[in-house]
Amino acid sequence: MGLSKRIIPCLDVTGGRVVKGVNFVGLRDAGDPVEIARRYDQQGADELCFLDITASSDDRGLIIQVIEDVASQVFIPLTVGGGVREVNDVRRLLNAGADKVSINTAAVLNPALVSNAAGRVGSQCIVVAIDARRIVDSSPLRWEVFTHGGRKPTGIDAIEWGRRMQDAGAGEILLTSMDRDGTREGFDLELTRAFSDSLDVPIIASGGVGGLQDFVNGVQAGGADALLAASVFHYSELTVGEVKQSLADSGVEVRV
Amino acid sequence: MANIAVVDYGMGNLRSVAKALEHVAPESSVIVTANAEELGKADRIVFPGQGAMPDCMREVDVRGLREPLLEAAACKPFLGLCIGLQMLFEHSEEGDIEGLGILPGRVVRFPAERMQDGAGNKLKVPHMGWNNVYQKQSHPMWDGIDDGSQFYFVHSFYVEPSDPAIAAGETHYPFAFTCAAARNNIFAVQFHPEKSQSTGLRLLSNFVRWSGSTDAPADKAARTAIV
Repeated sequence: MGLSKRIIPCLDVTGGRVVKGVNFVGLRDAGDPVEIARRYDQQGADELCFLDITASSDDRGLIIQVIEDVASQVFIPLTVGGGVREVNDVRRLLNAGADKVSINTAAVLNPALVSNAAGRVGSQCIVVAIDARRIVDSSPLRWEVFTHGGRKPTGIDAIEWGRRMQDAGAGEILLTSMDRDGTREGFDLELTRAFSDSLDVPIIASGGVGGLQDFVNGVQAGGADALLAASVFHYSELTVGEVKQSLADSGVEVRV
Repeated sequence: MANIAVVDYGMGNLRSVAKALEHVAPESSVIVTANAEELGKADRIVFPGQGAMPDCMREVDVRGLREPLLEAAACKPFLGLCIGLQMLFEHSEEGDIEGLGILPGRVVRFPAERMQDGAGNKLKVPHMGWNNVYQKQSHPMWDGIDDGSQFYFVHSFYVEPSDPAIAAGETHYPFAFTCAAARNNIFAVQFHPEKSQSTGLRLLSNFVRWSGSTDAPADKAARTAIV
């Protein structure tokens, strides 16, 4: 027996509620964050990821209360991302009960944020989220970093960026394929494999899960250390337990 | 009413630890404190830690907590968590610094050249996620916890006790390392019980009922499920 591959359901939160939607369009209320977090916990989720998609800065504080409430009742690691701009945001979320904070756009705008935050709270609390898109006709294959929810190209090579963030103190990388996100065609396995082979820190694969085999492929072909999914769990198409059973049947170590 | 003090020296996330203790011991008072007098009065001490050990040691000293910690570790139920385990030892490779020297041994980094599984796959550092904990001795802190249960880990360094008798648990990544150390009233673990779901809560629940003696069984009340 050894280290288990982790299954991480992701919850989009705005205005203190969990919402569902496709590519941030047609959001609808999906319920109480504590209730949903407890459900995933009972299904055997290894961690939970909360993404604050609040558009208005007025409502930003609401995620703090959500994390406080969840952290009082659910005792597995909680990662929180979305709108993190400065070290103080990181501290505020950790103080509310988050275990890790995910930094995305702000890391590109201000790379020192990652090293400053890691220096202050430790690398184990810092996740750098990278949204990557394939560069068409690149050979060997290359990917570009996008920011602002995947809307804005940066011209930065994703693998280079991953290495740089690792050196800056990122404790793990949350890697989302913008090509696959929302498609249900499975993770971008070449992207995941390229990151996993190039970096020493754990890689969380994200974007594109449609069925059980996608999770297995993410680990076996992609080399991912953890697998993140939102919609297949939100819409109850799969439970975390079913995903773990399928992984175990394929010989992947999971926590039971 | 038992009084549990979580030692606050300004590093990392103490909130999770306090919340989990409150959950398993609603009748106790859980305080998060850097006050030496409060640590002296507390019935039990939880010594957590996150981040880099040199930073943690510096903050412990800046706050004048070294003596109160040594005193507490000499006499009352004392639980070290993560870096709170590592700091109990004599020396760490991380920053080449001295620890508190309460337990014999040193803290070393996962050696890059050994980080491969049997199939030749690269193993990542930090060691992050759920892994099995094998109990090396019977101890009241393991009461009700199956041998080989999984706990949540996040760390890049691990302890090497120079006295094998204090090893209370081990984990494989890919080689066996000590993930729990115990001596008299001290029990300390590399993993995070506060983040290890019902199994972790069980360990914390054992702690809040532990007499501090290694041979007394935990209170029977601890046998009822907590979650």
